[in-house]
Amino acid sequence: MSLVFAGISSHAPGITGRAHLADPGIAQEFHGAYRAMGERLAAQNPDALIVVAAEHFANFFMNNMPSFAVGMADRYEGPIEDPQWLGIAHTAVPGNAALSKRLIREMMQSVDLAYAEEWKFDHGIMVPLHFLTPRFDVPIIPMNINCQGPPLTPLHRAWAFGEALRRAADSVPERIALVGTGGISHWPATPDSGKINEAWDREFLERWQANDKQALLSYTDEATYRDAGQGGFEIRTFIAVAAAAKGRGTLQHYRAIPMFAVGCTVAGMSIGA
Amino acid sequence: MSLYQMQKFLFDINRDRAVQQRYREDLTGLLDRYELTPDERGAIAARDIGLLYVLGANGQLLMHYAAFLGMPWADYIAAMRAGVSAHGPVRAGIYHMTTEMDEKVAGV
Repeated sequence: MSLVFAGISSHAPGITGRAHLADPGIAQEFHGAYRAMGERLAAQNPDALIVVAAEHFANFFMNNMPSFAVGMADRYEGPIEDPQWLGIAHTAVPGNAALSKRLIREMMQSVDLAYAEEWKFDHGIMVPLHFLTPRFDVPIIPMNINCQGPPLTPLHRAWAFGEALRRAADSVPERIALVGTGGISHWPATPDSGKINEAWDREFLERWQANDKQALLSYTDEATYRDAGQGGFEIRTFIAVAAAAKGRGTLQHYRAIPMFAVGCTVAGMSIGA
Repeated sequence: MSLYQMQKFLFDINRDRAVQQRYREDLTGLLDRYELTPDERGAIAARDIGLLYVLGANGQLLMHYAAFLGMPWADYIAAMRAGVSAHGPVRAGIYHMTTEMDEKVAGV
């Protein structure tokens, strides 16, 4: 049928795994906003949820690193991390290989993709699903943009990936929901973990809400690394969602939570023509 | 090239239960499969997260390895800082520490 829902959210493993170490009120407010996003998503009765993630060497490594990859299986599993460490039990997650194949075929008209018939979800997908589809009952189409191992795809290619995704979603009879997950500024898994450039985040989120393509694509990786850390490279997933949704964004939650190592974000975007 | 091999070891152990089992039963045999420098091999054998960080291990790989070793979050952060303190700045990769030695950025 078409794209029926679009949004972005944070996926840092601390959100679930270190929830007990954060201020309870602050953590609960964010978790509540995250679950509310899941309720808005469910209200659209999606047949499948595309999660555009920036995974972290769970499936893709520097021996064979795709810029873009799309899952093409009927069943996935996760988390790949220790369940106790992540605070999410190991579970099977439904996919839809036939739908994946149709989406991939259409996207390939304009973007070169890798596909994967095997995919073990890491926190980049499991943390969002924990809040958005907590019963793991919505078929997931995982998509990955390499934001970890440079050279990274240029931002304008992440935009082109989002445009292809939209065209593909509109070409199938199913109702498709889309969530991009990642961080804005953050320095995850380093001694700088917990450092957050809130001013940079808020400027990025302004550009994202306005869906200002030129402003979103004007970041250079050098400036992003300097101002937003290596985690800032994950803006590619949020940019892809803006390109796909073509609408205006609404920020539902933003708060820098150092224990979660990221500015915790929940936002939706209207579906534009 | 060797940093690649060290990270390949971390990638393998993070995602493959058979490699985890071999790690427990035959670490020497497991490490023989990778072209590691003596520093890298020694750091893995000694579970020296701080030195692995200084040698350039990507944090996403290192974080999960630390979790596999059962290291609490605060100890993981402290181990990387101790590594920089003992061995100097990160030598390779893209993960250079940008905060001061005594900063507790995440509150731990």
